[in-house]
Parts: sequence; structure tokens; C-alpha cells
Amino acid sequence: MNEALAIPEAHSGAKRAVDLIARATRAEISALWKDGEGPPLASLLRGPETGLVMVQGRIGGGGAPFNMGEVTVSRCSVRLASGTIGHAQALGTDREKARLGAIAHALWQEGTSRERVEQVLLAPVEARLADEHQRKSEETAATRVDFFTMVRGED
Amino acid sequence: MYVAVKGGETAIANAHRLLADKRRGDRSLPAISSEQVIEQLTLAVDRVMAEASLYDRALAALAFRQARGDMIEAIFLLRAYRTTLPRFGTSLPIDTGHMLIERRVSATYKDLPGGQLLGPTFDYTHRLLDPSLLEDGPVEEGERRTEACEPAMRVSDILAGEGLIEGDGTLQEDEGGGDLTREPMEFPMSRDLRLQALARGDEGFLLALGYSTQRGYGRNHPFTGEIRIGEVEIELYVPELGFAVSLGDIRVTECQMVTQFKGSSKVPPQFTRGYGLVFGQSERKAMSMSLVDRALRAREFGEDILAPAQDEEFVLSHCDNVQATGFVEHLKLPHYVDFQAELDLVRRMRGEYEASRPGTQIPQTKEAAE
Repeated sequence: MNEALAIPEAHSGAKRAVDLIARATRAEISALWKDGEGPPLASLLRGPETGLVMVQGRIGGGGAPFNMGEVTVSRCSVRLASGTIGHAQALGTDREKARLGAIAHALWQEGTSRERVEQVLLAPVEARLADEHQRKSEETAATRVDFFTMVRGED
Repeated sequence: MYVAVKGGETAIANAHRLLADKRRGDRSLPAISSEQVIEQLTLAVDRVMAEASLYDRALAALAFRQARGDMIEAIFLLRAYRTTLPRFGTSLPIDTGHMLIERRVSATYKDLPGGQLLGPTFDYTHRLLDPSLLEDGPVEEGERRTEACEPAMRVSDILAGEGLIEGDGTLQEDEGGGDLTREPMEFPMSRDLRLQALARGDEGFLLALGYSTQRGYGRNHPFTGEIRIGEVEIELYVPELGFAVSLGDIRVTECQMVTQFKGSSKVPPQFTRGYGLVFGQSERKAMSMSLVDRALRAREFGEDILAPAQDEEFVLSHCDNVQATGFVEHLKLPHYVDFQAELDLVRRMRGEYEASRPGTQIPQTKEAAE
């Protein structure tokens, strides 16, 4: 989206995973683990913590950036016993979601567990988001005005 | 002599207890939940977020409930909360051109690419109270339309194609990068900082100022080029990952106001612009902001600064309702000593006045009291 910070090809798959985890609900991430089992042990490298990110807009929509206001963001970085490090960051104040998301991100990077993360977490979230996007677009489209011209004349 | 006075602890504790009691109201009614506020009083939540300059629906709903629906108190609570949090960074600029559009209208072009999308608007309602809301009856879902919709290009880009309108705003080399939450205001202020102040400014204040420009106080003959409301993605560059990640989506309202011409010996006449961008769904605020943004560009365009809306120091020093309420409401705090001093002064002045009236013996040589 932003030309200057275009994602290198090597990162595109990684970005998709991180972005989907950010949009997952805590329940969707927790579905990775059976009830009573819980996530694998992971040491906390940073957080989970809540802070602010200043959101920038652009003057006129596409001009110079300006500070519009802040959003709350919660983030966490973890290391699995295998040494793999995972990061998660998402809007809101749900620090537990950030912790679970970081574990999910670490698991996604490991060959043995990537498939499970894809199937149980990423694919369903992707499908849900696509559904929501479609529903919203179609609801908005139903409010589009179709102008018509009244025929005027004497006949 | 200064006399320290203490007291009131019990009264204060009881007052807060009474406040909690009144906030809960009739116990035979269920307590309202934050989720209900978010879902059913959405625009109140949006306003709290916009003017608190902090986007978080759950916290804004909590603040709104805690403040018993008092907007400015809720905004104050959220502002106070944000001061307790560290700053992780600054997002990439949001791209309103890629918005998931919920509403998009233009008053300048009827048939524009993407069309006029009315969305969930109060416009065209008859403003008649609806008693059916008193019953908790079923409500239909939104109608859907599946045929493909062409992308909604920005109206400013349509006009820009012909060169009839000035470009999106640029800043001078020495401007930009400022943040009102970190540095105090200094005048004159660059446009990016003015927009930051207006984006968090009081809706009522900006509405009144925008209205004043329409009534002739800093007239610039506006057209609503475009209003769009919808969700945009927030992206943050994360160095550990080496790329910008998406944090989620927020709803914003954008207004492109197109106003009358400016040209010079070097540039042919073209439309000028005012810009509004606000958290949440609030086209009244976004429109007002864009009117005031344009009015505040008077200096840039060499216009006479005659009206309140064109006076940046006046507008920007007074648009923040948390600052404003702090200074106005501090007047109710004890001023016993100040007032005692003034009472003393007025008694002395009256004594002098009485003494100086005709018929009295004392000659009128006294100076006026300060």
C-alpha cells in the first residue's frame, strides 16, 4: 500500500500471517490448543504490554503527513523452547491476545506446526474477514443512488 | 497571612458514593453494558474517541458510562488514561483512497466513479420520533446488492486531472514532524499541526466557527467535494520483523471541501481546498473541520484576516474542550482568599467614592483605584 515501504517478496507470506493474527479474536487464536491443554511454554521477551501508536493522516488525503490521534495497541514477543521467536501486535488493550498471538506467530514459523496454524487459525480468520468485507461492501452498494431522468415534454 | 484550611473528606467520600448511586440509577433496571453502548450508542463512542484523540471503542464506552453520558467528562477521562501509556511508535499514513467505504457522497458531481453511496445516514429521514423503538422488536438486516461496484476514486483526483484544483497539501521544508501532544503550541502554526488540533477539537466549537464562515465571517464559498466514511488499515513498521505490519482497522470520516479560486501571475485560477479527517463516523465534525482548515489558510492565500475563524491563535487556543472545561470549571473551586481581597478592595473604593461625592469636604484628587 505504501510505495516507500513496499514489502519484499521474501516477507509477503510472513506479513500475511502477522496481519491475520492481529485481526484474529482471542478465541480464534485459542482454538489452536485443545481445552485444558493450553499453549506451549514460551518465555516472554517483551510484554505483553499496552501502549499507543500515533496514527498519521495525509493533508488533503494524499499530501504531507499529520498526526491525527492515537490508537491503543497491545504487543508481545515470546521465545518457544525451540528458540523460535514470535511477535504479535494488534489494536486494543487485550494483552492476553497479544501473548497468545506471539506464540501462534512463533508456531507458524516452525515447519512442524505451520500447517496447523494455517488450517486452524489463519484460514478461518481469512475466510471470516473476506465474508465481513463482502457483507459490508454489498450493504453499502445497496445504498448507491441510481439516478434516472424524468422524461419531460408535451406528448 | 496564609491560613491552610482542611476539611471535607467525609463530604467528598459521600459525594462520590452518591455519584455512583445516581450513575447506577433505578436498581430494578438492568445495568447498561459497554458492549451495548458500543453497539447501540456508536456515534457517542465515536465522538468521545475523536475528541479524546484516542481510538479505542471499549475504553471510550467505559468512559461514557462512567461519566453518566457527559461527553466532555468522558473525553477528559480518556485523555487522562492515555497519559499513562507509553508511545510505541507512529503509524504509516493511512490511505483513505483504499478505504472500505460505508458512505460516500459528493455534492459537486452527480455521476462520479463509484457513485453516491448513502450508507447508514440520518439524511432524508423526516426527523419524526419513532415510537417503534420503544418496543424491542425485530430489525431487518441491511439490504445487499451484489453487482460489482467500480472503485470510488477521490473527487479531488477527478478535479486534479484537469488541473482545476490545488494539489493535496504540502508543507514547507522547515515544517512537519510536529506533535501537539509533545510540544506546546506556537504561532504561527504549520498546517499539519493545525489539523492535529482541529481533529481533536470540540465538535460544537468547530461547527459554530464553520457556520460563521458560511454566514460571511471569512467567507470562502464551499462545496462538499466529497465525504467518505469507512474503515482504513493501520500499519506500523516493526523493526524486529523488518516490515510494516497491519494492526487492524479503524473507522474514519474524511471531508474534502472545495472552495473558491486562487491564482497568481504564475498559477492560473484554481479551486482551493479545506480538509477534514476525524476518528469514527462524524461528518458534521469532518465538514466543520474542513471549513475551519480552509479559513485558517487565509495567511497562505494572502486573504484579509478579519473573522474569528481565520484567526489561528483564537481558534486553536480555544478548540480543545478539555483545556476549556478545565479553565472554566476551575472557577468553582475555592477562591475564598482572592474574593476576600476583592471584597476589601471594593469596600475601600466605595469609601473613596462616598468621600468624593459633592457636598463632602474632601477635594477630588484621588486617583482611580486599579
